[in-house]
Formats: sequence, structure tokens, C-alpha cells
Amino acid sequence: MLTVKLEGTIGTFPIAADIEAGVGVTAIYGPSGAGKSTILRAISGLWQPQRGFIQVGENVLLDSHSEVNLPTEKRRLGVVFQEPILFPHLSVRDNLAFGMKKHETGWDGVIEMLDLGELVERMPRNLSGGEAQRVALGRAILSDPQVLLLDEPLTGLDDSRRAQVLPYLERLRDETTIPIVYVSHHRDEILQLADLIFTIDGGTINQELTPGEFRKATQPPTTRRRDDAGT
Amino acid sequence: MLSHLFEPSIWAIVGLSLQVSCVAMIVALPFAIVIGKILAGPGFFGKAFLSALVHLPLVLPPVVTGYALLVVFGRRGWIGSVLDQWGIGFTFSWAGAALAAGIMAFPLLVRPIRLAFETQDRRLAEMAATLGAKRSKRFFKISLPLAFPGIIAGVVLGFAKALGEFGATITFVSNIPGETQTLSLAIYTLLQSPRGDNAALALILISIVLSFGAILASEWMVNSSQRKLER
Repeated sequence: MLTVKLEGTIGTFPIAADIEAGVGVTAIYGPSGAGKSTILRAISGLWQPQRGFIQVGENVLLDSHSEVNLPTEKRRLGVVFQEPILFPHLSVRDNLAFGMKKHETGWDGVIEMLDLGELVERMPRNLSGGEAQRVALGRAILSDPQVLLLDEPLTGLDDSRRAQVLPYLERLRDETTIPIVYVSHHRDEILQLADLIFTIDGGTINQELTPGEFRKATQPPTTRRRDDAGT
Repeated sequence: MLSHLFEPSIWAIVGLSLQVSCVAMIVALPFAIVIGKILAGPGFFGKAFLSALVHLPLVLPPVVTGYALLVVFGRRGWIGSVLDQWGIGFTFSWAGAALAAGIMAFPLLVRPIRLAFETQDRRLAEMAATLGAKRSKRFFKISLPLAFPGIIAGVVLGFAKALGEFGATITFVSNIPGETQTLSLAIYTLLQSPRGDNAALALILISIVLSFGAILASEWMVNSSQRKLER
């Protein structure tokens, strides 16, 4: 279980969040520039809010009252951004192994789940966008994180590539017990993946929705009219 | 003139110059990497001062740098007098010539290294941190290998500068054949003596070949390290 309470400002832009995420996929949905990525950066320790409390399981990562503030490398969070950000001088194998502790198991399972077998000997430059993003996912999972933070992981891909990677995210959700926080402004992705949705606008998380409520709340007006006519 | 190319005394001068320049680079490189990394990093109090200090030998008259070395590292200098008690002396020794060459070459060594760190994608280090890598691992596994082409460029520039150093060397350690008489000093001495022209020409030829070879070698090393990134 991940608990996040944040308050802060970047310049004059306010950021506020109050989120609880359990097993499964918890989505943060909102338009570009709404502050989604900033919240993930705060959770991972790459941005520091003025006030906040972040806890994963029993571990307190940040508590501005008792001045607890673990550095990013001690938070044990797997992060995947919009771009894969693979280490260009390391092979796929070395990228995947970068965050692994010695004698860690799970390699074969992750390679199999994300279909990485054929890629491990390649260099990042020779991967397609979708392949690179799968490697980035695998690398994050192999670092044995307590929570996975996915920041628009499909946004950099075109539609066909997105359709290729999406099933892997579903497998990830169904085959692991790591809580996943999924940030996106794509309604379809969220409908396909999320178990719980927080909506954000203007830097503030303002609603907590079930997938059903989310589907209704975000239905495009044209479809709604057709539905109305049917009933 | 060509007959001079087979004289041992000529090659002793070349050997001494190479020794002085190589030792200067080997000793200066770790300092240059640390200072290049610091100067590429976020601002701090005194950063501009440190940068100015590093670049000072580039703009000061070399004779002034040589005199400053005499004041600091001379037998009665601030540091020199302390080192003298342990039997370490720079004055009138090849080690002093290496020190002078290292100091004079330092700005040229630091500049490309600093640039290599500055232009690095900051997100790579952030990503490494989310994968649990401490500061030292982030430096040695990510920043340093990616800065390699810049380090090579700095070493070659610095090496060429050290090989040709004249003013600071002659001021600090004088012009003693077999001990501190490097290529430039030998060429200067030979040109001053009535029948030295031919020997000087041999040394000039050798120094051109050495400089040219150093630049070719660096091109090759930079290219091959970049190819490794692109493989």
C-alpha cells in the first residue's frame, strides 16, 4: 500500500495530492501540464514538495514533520518515463541488470513476461521505441521495487506500437503483486488498465473514481447522446 | 640533418619530453576529472572563483606561472620547504618540469571534460538513482563512461600543450640537459648555438610528427568509443 500526501508549489503553480494506491493499477488522469509527472517525481524523490508524507508498506519515504526524506536511491521505486532512458553505453542485458541485487531471482520470469529474450545482446540504439520501452519496464521490475511508477509509458509510441506494448502492461498487472501507479492523459489506456482512478487538474487531485464512474464521467458527448437515445 | 635523427642524444631529449608529458597527464587527469565534474554541476559559492583559478595558467604569462611555482614549490617555497624535509624536491628536476607542464596544460585538460559532463542527459543519472544506484555507482557506471570521448579530447590537448611547454618550465626548473631540457627547451638552445640548426630541425621534425600522431590517435579513440555507443 502506497500513501501519498503532498502540498507544494513550483513557482506559482500549486501541487496538491492525497492518494492511496493498493495492489493493481492506480491511475492518475488529467490533461498535459496538470501536474501528473510532478507528483510521480515527488514520490520518487526527484522533486521535493514543501510539505508531504509518503509511505510504502511500513517504510516512510518522506515525512516533512519528522524531517524524514529518503534519497531516491533508497526509496526502492521502479520508474518508467515517457521515454525509455536506457543507458546508451550498456547492452540490453547490462541495462536490465543495472538495478539488480546480487543473486536475485526473477530474471527468467521477467524476460519471459516481456518477451525480452531476443533483445538482451543488443545495444539500445538498435531497439525500436516499443522494444526500448519494454526493456525500460523490465529494468524497473528487476530492481525489485515496492511500487512501480509509470509516467505516460506509451505516449512516446505511435498507435501500432502502443497496441504492441499494452498487452505487456496487462500481463504486468495480472502477474505481479507490485502496486502500479499509472499516469496518463489517454482515456482508453486507463479504461483498459486501471482499478482505481484519481483525476487531476491545475495541480490538484480532485476526484477518486472507480473504472465504471470514470467511464461515465469521461464519456465523449456524442456517444452519450446515442446511449440516451437507446434507453 | 637526417643523420641527427639517429643520434642517441636527440632521442634522449624526446624520451625525457614524453616522460614529462605522460607523467604530467597521468597525475593531472584524476584532478581534472573531479574538477570538471564539479564545474559541470550545480552552482555553489566560489564556483566562479574555482573556474577562474583553473583557467588562470591559460591567460597568465607563462613566466609568471613559472615564478609562482618557484614561490610555492621552490626549495624555500610554502609547500616546497615542507616537501624538502621529506627529500622531495621539484627544483631543477624532471618532476618539476612535469609539474609545470601539468599546471600549464590543466585548463585545456579540464575544458573538454567539463563540457562532456555538462552535455550529459541528466535523466540518465536520475534513472540510475531510481534503480538504487548510489552517487559513486552513478558516477563510475554512467557519468564517467559517457564522458570518455571528452576525457580523451582533454588528454590529447593537454598532452600536446605539455609537450610544447616552455616559459613556465624554464622559469621554474631551468634548462638542464638530461634533467629538465625538454623538446622546446632543446630546440631553443640549439637555435641559439652557431652549429645547432640541423639538430634543431631534427627535433622540430620529431615534434611535428609527435603532435600529429597524438591528434590522429585521439580522433581514432574518440571515433571508436562513439562507435561503441552506436553499435
